[in-house]
This record gives sequence, structure tokens and C-alpha cells, in this order.
Amino acid sequence: MRTTRKRALALTAGIAGIALVATGCSSGSDDEGGDDAGSGDSDEKITLTISTFNEWGYEPLLEQYMDENPSITIEHNKFGTSNEARDQFNTSLAAGSGLADVVGIEIDWMTEVMQYSDQFTDLASDSVEGRWQDWKVGQATTPDGKLVGYGTDIGPEGIAYRSDLFAAAGLPTDRAEVAELFGGEDATWDDFFAVGEQFAAASEVPFYDSGAAVYQGMVNQLEAAYETPGTDEVIATENADVKDIYDTIMAHTELSAGLQQWGEDWNNSFQTDGFAVMLAPSWMLGVIEGQAEGVEGWDIADVFPGGGGNWGGSFLTVPAQSKYPEEAKALADWLTAPEQQLVAFQTSGNFPSQVEAQESEEIKAITNEFFNDAPIGEIFATRAAAVTVAPYKGANYFPINDAMAQAINRVEVDGTDDATSSWDKWVAEVEAIG
Amino acid sequence: MATQTAPTRARPASDPSRSPRRVGFSQRLGKWDVKLSPYLYISPFFIIFAITGLFPLIYTGWVSLHDWDLLGGQGDFVGFENFTQVLGQAYFWKALRNTISIFLWSSVPQVIAAIVIAAMLDANLRAKTFWRMGVLLPYVVAPVAVALVFSKMFADDSGLINTVLENIGLSPVGWHSEAMPAHVAIATMVNFRWTGYNTLIFLAAMQAIPRDLYEAAVIDGASRWRQFISITIPMLRPTIIFVVLTSTIGGLQIYDEPRMYDQMGQGGNDRQWLTVTLYLYELGWRNTNLGRAAAVAWLLFMIIVVFAVANYLITRRIASDSAPKQRRVAGRNPR
Repeated sequence: MRTTRKRALALTAGIAGIALVATGCSSGSDDEGGDDAGSGDSDEKITLTISTFNEWGYEPLLEQYMDENPSITIEHNKFGTSNEARDQFNTSLAAGSGLADVVGIEIDWMTEVMQYSDQFTDLASDSVEGRWQDWKVGQATTPDGKLVGYGTDIGPEGIAYRSDLFAAAGLPTDRAEVAELFGGEDATWDDFFAVGEQFAAASEVPFYDSGAAVYQGMVNQLEAAYETPGTDEVIATENADVKDIYDTIMAHTELSAGLQQWGEDWNNSFQTDGFAVMLAPSWMLGVIEGQAEGVEGWDIADVFPGGGGNWGGSFLTVPAQSKYPEEAKALADWLTAPEQQLVAFQTSGNFPSQVEAQESEEIKAITNEFFNDAPIGEIFATRAAAVTVAPYKGANYFPINDAMAQAINRVEVDGTDDATSSWDKWVAEVEAIG
Repeated sequence: MATQTAPTRARPASDPSRSPRRVGFSQRLGKWDVKLSPYLYISPFFIIFAITGLFPLIYTGWVSLHDWDLLGGQGDFVGFENFTQVLGQAYFWKALRNTISIFLWSSVPQVIAAIVIAAMLDANLRAKTFWRMGVLLPYVVAPVAVALVFSKMFADDSGLINTVLENIGLSPVGWHSEAMPAHVAIATMVNFRWTGYNTLIFLAAMQAIPRDLYEAAVIDGASRWRQFISITIPMLRPTIIFVVLTSTIGGLQIYDEPRMYDQMGQGGNDRQWLTVTLYLYELGWRNTNLGRAAAVAWLLFMIIVVFAVANYLITRRIASDSAPKQRRVAGRNPR
């Protein structure tokens, strides 16, 4: 009697075990749909997720949105780098789950994303009509007119510099004089490197942070660096302009601090006078301010070599896998409205892509205390107007450009290669991608 | 085998004398219970394994024979082209080199350290539980957190370790720029996390060694060291095989630590610490070429099989020259 009961018990336990495992599996896959599965039952409270990277200045805005919409809780997932955000984006898009309800996408990989526009909600609506310049809207619109992303910011570039280090090297410190020093309105890259030589002669501190960053500034002035517009044929390795820029960077490695942007040493170098100058797209101001907390002397000059440049700029999209496409769209719409992007600009320096915001009176009045009260609104408005080239970025732009940054870092940061062998490795990599 | 054949031969002889229909249903149920239950009890593992292990394995093989885009899906059948492509890439061989190097730097010191620490914990210590829990503490820390802390310590210019090195007059090490130091740094994270875990496994095995063996050895005048070499190590053989196999499998699949070793997660500018799994991720998810990533997965699988078999053969030889029979008998004694 006792043994049979034991057996029956064991049998039941076995079956229950299997059942448990089976149900465990199914509930597990449900969970992947989103953290909000529990709250999804009631119509009252919902949780929206938003993913961004680097610094977008959205914290105060998201707080405000939650205050104004008590039924909505927002979770903000902030990636350290655009690379990381892209990795996670690819993985989750392929898996069909795991993307935030509102996903921030950088222009460098926007073209890739446009190939899968059917995985995104059409964001076109009357409220955003005429909000951006046509070129910005064009980057996020499919041939058949679907609007995949709302433009957030653009990245007009100026030159950020340490006035105290400039003073120590006997260079002018006032931002207007510094702009003149770099060549004013007709600034060229030769001027830039010449100032570097002048600085290096009088100072122990390296001139700029990273050759890969300077490369980024230069390559963004080419109309089609790596791919032929239209056909997307990879021309990166044959493009003489790309090779020229690479050679220029390689010829000036002695001016570079040899740091890898976003790396641990780069982060720390802000606190240890690691370098004196940085090419600064507007969104970089927030990064500098965060890393260089407590350091005095940062300023920004209204000048850029080679006739203006744009680095980065992003979009907000709503993936089709979102459970709350309407609410997510409303949030993205609200965040990219001119008033909100002005707040973001004040918070972290992300220069608005919205026409109304760019032309507004408020933006001209915005200054930045950290950068010696520089009138950043005015400066970046001029910088944005100086941008003449909208570079073509095809489906393979991101991996090719990323490989190039590594090629430069191999020489500058790691010293594992010289200029020639590193270039050859890059060519091999590009061939493997294409 | 002998016990199984006997009843089948006996059955036909006894059948005609008895009416088979008379056997009660409950009795038959009981028979099924005895025969089937054991399989039923172990079946959850095999069912789960078939779903989460075997099927993906075969399906990955299927994917590896096609042009397969991560987002675009299945393309043309290409045979073994993905494999030849991957084998022709310098990065694959670099990844393999790095993986094996990191594996050696982590597994070998780890197993040795674990046995030594376990032997010390096995001695008479005050507050035994405290020390035993202590070695397991690093295991509780999430690998990503470990990697974050260690990658700050191992930063090339501003890291703690290089600062210390410079202060005591040594030249700083290129923990990120040079391949071998990077491997050592990553292996350090792995060792930090897993040594304690393996120590506890060894400790459990050591405590199962019958104490009379040591007593006999002491009477024979054996030193502590001699006891360790001639009793402890040979008696630990099955455990050592287990630990070496699991750390081989884990070591060759290493991902978290190298991924988190810098901000970019690409294994370094010159792929100094690119491992095979990182390479797999890069191909499949960064370049969205799932077919090639699947080929790498299969190559990795085969490499692990080769390594596991080789390790098994090597570790099986531990002390197998010295009186294998005695050991086997002694091994069953404690039960």
C-alpha cells in the first residue's frame, strides 16, 4: 500500500514536472514581448520604453511627459554608444521582440533600417507636416511615401577647445579670436593642422583627442565616401578622397592624444588635461560637460574647417512590434516637437532639426554656462547654415566607417600596425563586407 | 545483458500453462510503471534538450548551408560556401587563436588553484563555513558587472593596475593594445568568477575520500605532499575530468567578458581579443549574415568536441599507471 502510494506520488510528480517545464517555457516566451505584460491587462496604466544612446537630453522631458500623462510610465534605456544601440536593434528586430516602443536611430545606420521599413509604424501625420527641412524628412521616408522616423537633432560641428591650455601655449583664448586663428569663414583643414603644430610647439599636451574623430569630421564632408548613390556599389577602397583623408590623419598622428573615443581612457582623459581641442558636433557638448565635470576652461569656437560639417543626428521610430503603437507615436511626436527639442538642446546640446526651433528667437538666447557662457544657440545655428554637403550613406556605410575608425585606432591607439598595413587590413575587411 | 535474455526464454514455456487474460489490469499497470517510470522521470531533460539543444543544432546546420540574412531571411542554397568563406577569413583564425589562448590562460591556472584551495579548505580550519562561502562569493557577481569593474582596472592609461605598476617602477602593460596581455586580463575575470565554484566541487569530492586511506598513509610515513599527490589527486580523477570538461566547453564559448572588455565590444581595433563567439555575433548580427554565423557556430561546435575528447583522454591518464584496480574498488567504498 505504502509503496504504491509512493509510486503514484512519484508518477504524479514526474508528470507535474513535465507540465511545469512546458508551461514554464510558454510563459517565458510571453515575457519576451515586453516588461509591461502585467500592466497590459488594464487599460489604465501602460509602460512605454524608449531607447537612445550617448546623450540626448531627454531626462527632464520624459519626467514632464509622465507628469502630464499620469497613465503612462516611461522606461528609458540609454546605450553607451551608437554601435551598441545598433547591435541591440539588429538582434531584437530579427528576433521580432525586445525593441523599445520608441527607438532612437542614428543617421549612419538609418539607410540600413529603411530596408526594413515594413517593420515600422508609419508615422506620417498632419501635426508633423513641415516640421523639418525636406532633406531630413527624405532620409526617413520610403519611396512610396511612408514616414519611418521623426527627426530629432542634427550634428552641426564647431571646435571645442580648452582656453586655459591655449593660454598656456600662447594662443588666443577668446572664442572669436580662436575662430579667426582657425581661419574664420574660410577655414581649411590645413589651417587646422597648422594651429595644431603651433600649439604642439609650445605645449606638452596633445592637440586633439583622436584621429578617428577628426577623420569623422572630414569624411562627413564627402558627398559619397563609400558607396555610389543609387546603386549602393561599394567604392570605398578605390575612392581617392577617402585615401587622402586617411593619409592626412596618418601624417599628423603626433598631434593626436591617441585615445579611442568612448573608451575608458578617453573618458578619463577629460579629467587629466588629455588634449586641448575636439571637433564638437552640438550633441558632443553634453558628453564633454558630463565627462569633464569640474574642469574649467572649455569653450567653443564658431568655426569649422572645410566649410561646415554635420556629424550624426538621429531619428525616433516606432517599431511594428510595439504593443502600444498609438501611444508610442504620440510620445515620439511630442518629443520631436520644436518646443521639446529646444529643451533637449539646452540640456545636452543636441541641436534641433526642426525648422521652427532653428529659426526661433529662443534658440538665439540659449547659452551654455559650462562652455564659458558661449551663445551655443547662435553658434550652432551658424554652423548648421554652413553645412553644404548632405553625404550619401548607403546600406553598408556603418560597418565600413566603423572599420575605418578601427584602422586609424590600430595605428594611433594600439600601435599594432603602421599606416600601410592598417589600410590593407581595412581593405580586406571592406571586401568581406561588400 | 544476461539478465534480460533469461526471462524472454522462460516466457514462452510458461505461457500455455497460464491464461494470460487473467492478469489483472492493475498488475499490468504496475509492470508498466516499473518499466516506464524511470524513463518518464528522466524524460523532461531529454525533451527539453531536444527542443533547446538538438533542434537548434540541426537547424543551425541547415542555415549554414544557405545564404541567410538576419533580417531578410532564407536565401539560396550555397552548399559549403559559407564554411570556405569563413575559413578563408584572417579574423576567424585570429578569433580561434585568441579563444584557445584565453581558454588556456583561464582553465589551467583555474583548475590548479581550485584543487589547491580545496585542499586547504579540506584541512581543519576554524569557521569552515565562512571560508567555504567566501570562495563562492565572486560567483554570485554577474559576469557583466565583473567585466565592467575589471575593464576599468585594466584601462591602458588610466587603469588601477598600470598605475600600480608604474608606481613600483615597472613599465605599464598594454592591456588593450597587445593581444597576450588582453587575454591574460580576460582570463583573470574568468578565473575570478569560476575558481571558487570549482573549488567547492573539488572540496565535495575530497570529503568523499575515505579517511582511512590517509590514516594508512600516515602510518606508512607519507608526508602531506605525498598524501596529496598519491591519494587526493588520483581519487579526484572523475571530478577533475568533469571540471576540465565543463571548463573546456565554457572556456571555448567565452563571450561576456571579451564583449564587455571595451566600450565597442568588437574585440579590439586589431581584434586582439576577438573570440569565436564574438566573431559569430559580429557576422550574424552586425553584418546580418546569419548563414556565415551559422557556419562559425558549427565550426565552434566541432572544435569543442575535439577539445573535449582530447581533454578527456589526457585527464583520464591522471595516475592511471598507479594501481588502477585498487582505486576503482576504493572509489566505491564510501557509498
